[in-house]
Amino acid sequence: MNIVVCIKQVPDTTEVRLDPKTGTLIREGVPSIINPDDKCGLEAAISLRDLYGAHVTVLTMGPKQAKKALREALAMGADEAILLTDRAFAGADTWATSSTLASAIRNLDYDLIVTGRQAIDGDTAQVGPQIAEHLKLAQVSYVEALDKEDNTLILKRMFEDGYHKIAVKMPCLITTLSDMNTPRYMSVKGIYDAYEKEIKEWTLEELDVNRAHIGLKGSPTKVKKSFTKGAKTAGKKFEINTANEGAVIIIDKLKEKFII
Amino acid sequence: MEFSNVLVFIEQREGVLQRVSLELLGKARELADLRKQEVIAVLPGYEVSEMIDELYHYGADKVVVCDDEILKIYMTEPYTKVVAEVINEEKPEIVMVGATAIGRDLAPRVAARIQTGLTADCTSLEIDEENQNLLMTRPAFGGNIMATIICPDHYPQMSTVRPGVMKLMEKDEKRQGECRAFKTDLTHDAETFKILEVVKSIKEKKNIEDAKILVSAGRGIGSQENLALLEELADTLGGVVSGSRAIVDQGWIERESQVGQTGKTVRPDLYIACGISGAIQHLAGMEESELIIAINKDPHAPIFEVADVGIVGDVKKVIPELTKQLSIEIESTKVV
Repeated sequence: MNIVVCIKQVPDTTEVRLDPKTGTLIREGVPSIINPDDKCGLEAAISLRDLYGAHVTVLTMGPKQAKKALREALAMGADEAILLTDRAFAGADTWATSSTLASAIRNLDYDLIVTGRQAIDGDTAQVGPQIAEHLKLAQVSYVEALDKEDNTLILKRMFEDGYHKIAVKMPCLITTLSDMNTPRYMSVKGIYDAYEKEIKEWTLEELDVNRAHIGLKGSPTKVKKSFTKGAKTAGKKFEINTANEGAVIIIDKLKEKFII
Repeated sequence: MEFSNVLVFIEQREGVLQRVSLELLGKARELADLRKQEVIAVLPGYEVSEMIDELYHYGADKVVVCDDEILKIYMTEPYTKVVAEVINEEKPEIVMVGATAIGRDLAPRVAARIQTGLTADCTSLEIDEENQNLLMTRPAFGGNIMATIICPDHYPQMSTVRPGVMKLMEKDEKRQGECRAFKTDLTHDAETFKILEVVKSIKEKKNIEDAKILVSAGRGIGSQENLALLEELADTLGGVVSGSRAIVDQGWIERESQVGQTGKTVRPDLYIACGISGAIQHLAGMEESELIIAINKDPHAPIFEVADVGIVGDVKKVIPELTKQLSIEIESTKVV
């Protein structure tokens, strides 16, 4: 079985800087991690391999710095790592990102594609389903548990008000939730091995993709402007001496607003 | 090709219309009126005709019903197929989908199929008066920044919107509309997976997104036992108890009751924040509330920056006193 796990390198903190010209995020100089949902997806893939045998490839798109995330994935136990890196890929929205990733996946053998549900920087949850659409694959998103029976995955697909137990034949794509597992730590041997392994770098040259479907130019959506949210102005703050005082102030306000 | 009208995906689960779809109809009505256009509701499901009138009452001019047994329970491919086909036929200028566990699975797939952009989890939708583009504003980086996104060269302009963000239009039972039965062309081949079991979590508690009054707990309440004080206050006011991520992570309340960026967005008439410090991710989920009252020991807690009334004091003392006085107050108004 061949599993491809798509991961995204995201900033570790909520420190955000914006490029004043383009309005896009500046990622350089911010400490970064593997996106949590993706990391759990990777853990799920490695666990599947440990149980049933598989080849796990991690794939990411980004600048050269994203190699660090791939290195970590290798140290966790991934077998192979590929970085899609080219100036032409930069500035992509979810549509262009998914076209690029899908074209790379077409170069690989795959039975299962795993992506995290959503990334903590963009929170869109769109890239996984859109890769599935580009590859014409079945998709199951919001997966919290999985098992395998022959060529079929048995999945727990979460909703706000419950879950569906789903059987899906491979090849397919799933998007995983952070609640599904606790990712393993990198082992010392893993870290050592990770530095022995080569990280493949693919540029536009290696992909069979329409140039009009990638990067900033291939993105249907554009950032018109970014801004920090104007805080709602504060009301009145009261330092109270007794609980009674506080209760009276609140009740007066509730009366004023006709809530009681 | 001329694109016009605003199309809303109507989500129903086992025959129950989801409130977010009605909220979107209200927003769609507003945008359509600005553009002198119509609101089209797309309703996929099985035996769903009873819901049609409700959609007119909340703002739809036209309802496209896609009735098929295969659409009874949500599955990605059958829903994607019919929604994409309806969009291709109706050629709307704007498409809106609720950002639920269904909408966030469906919308990206539909957008990729019809080759247009999609903006996730919008909190504001406006028309640019200069060029009529849809301005789709959404939070990113855990709500730290807001980005306004446009989709200038592709149609339709698609967005998902989180539940609780848009206001319901006032229900008008006299509003009527036009219904169109869409001929679905579905076979079992469209079922790309098989649902073995549907499990509903037993939920007696009221949905916090529907509550008019929320009494919300943060770490400052001290212990899980003190939640009872908040329950009493909520009961007195006819409200519901919710909480911050901190106490959900502690396991004091269920995740379904979590307010904030990673939880739910709420906009009740009254939000009482009890011992909530007010991390930016929390504020993102509640700052649109009509009236915010915050009680916190720490005078520098960020929650006070969004509160209409801030009480610097011990939540464990103020809440019981408030409940006591409120009961007396409410009892006295009853007599009058």
